[in-house]
Amino acid sequence: MNVYLEIFIRFFSCGLFAVGGGLATLPFLYEISRETGWYTYQDISNMIAISESTPGPMGVNMATYVGFHIEGIAGALIAPLSLVLPSVIIILIISRVLDRFKSAPVVQNVLYGLRAASAALIAAAGLGVAKIAFLTMDDEAVTALPGLNVKAVILAVAVYVGLKKFKKHPIVYIICSAAAGVVLRF
Amino acid sequence: MKELLEMFIIFARIGGFTFGGGYAMLPMLEKEVVNNKHWATEEELMDYYAIGQCTPGIIAINTATFIGYKVKGIPGAIMATLGVIAPSLVIITVITAFISNFMDLWFVSSAFAGIRACVCVLIFDAVLKLGKKALVDNAAKIIFLIVLGISLFTNVSSALLVAAAGVVGVMIKGSTGNKNTGKRERKQA
Repeated sequence: MNVYLEIFIRFFSCGLFAVGGGLATLPFLYEISRETGWYTYQDISNMIAISESTPGPMGVNMATYVGFHIEGIAGALIAPLSLVLPSVIIILIISRVLDRFKSAPVVQNVLYGLRAASAALIAAAGLGVAKIAFLTMDDEAVTALPGLNVKAVILAVAVYVGLKKFKKHPIVYIICSAAAGVVLRF
Repeated sequence: MKELLEMFIIFARIGGFTFGGGYAMLPMLEKEVVNNKHWATEEELMDYYAIGQCTPGIIAINTATFIGYKVKGIPGAIMATLGVIAPSLVIITVITAFISNFMDLWFVSSAFAGIRACVCVLIFDAVLKLGKKALVDNAAKIIFLIVLGISLFTNVSSALLVAAAGVVGVMIKGSTGNKNTGKRERKQA
């Protein structure tokens, strides 16, 4: 089979069956590795580290990284586009259905439940990031309390105060925090 | 055409600064899409996240497609989606092609430690704002707390939690007309 077509089919089915965000694509990436030998398990763990430390959705980053390993720039284009295509199609269908039935009470009541769950899942995700950001895993960082990354906590407080006071675009705070991380050697 | 291009640029900007998965997009979506452009309401944003959670694919992409479609139909959906993934394609390709030891660069890990601290604050601020819109009554607050607890302490899939919350919503509010949520929606529409 043409390698481009095979990349398309494999990543399309990955996008179609991975429910629940970027990490859900991982089992599929392992499977592709096993069955095709396009990249190794070691490549996957490197890729997770890079995907987590670069901007953009993780699934897309991983597909781009893997695609580049398989077939250079063409692969880096085809893999992520194939990955997102099923989502786009499915969401378009849902959007149309939602448009038509939006005012139906039963849909409103489902959405009432969904919104509460959605808020909870986002809060849980935030707590997950907080655990990594504020609790130190090694002994190298300067800490006053055991396990608490004081620098990160101070930075977070500063960001919060800045957020409330200046109401700038979130990107401004992200860039400043990256700079603070580098200057203060987090 | 101009609006489609604008949509691509705004979503590319959001994609280029989303560190740490789809949820980290939320503060920027809230700023750009809800506050600046009025492309969607806060309630709609929550709906998109919830539905994105239990449909296949990446949440960031699902949300971009929803918003793009709502504003500009299918071309909007395509432009918004391409916008979100464009920075990833470029950045990852450059890193993979030219920097073999990206993760070992000391300033990369330092910068990311700083960004993580910032992203938590931004996410919590967004949750507080959106929470006010989502948690309209005590029953909704209870659903919130239960889902939060389950997702923090167990491995139950998010898709399942969202689906269950939808069912509970109907069980609490009934499947016919109601006073609260329906009226609120219609007023805004």
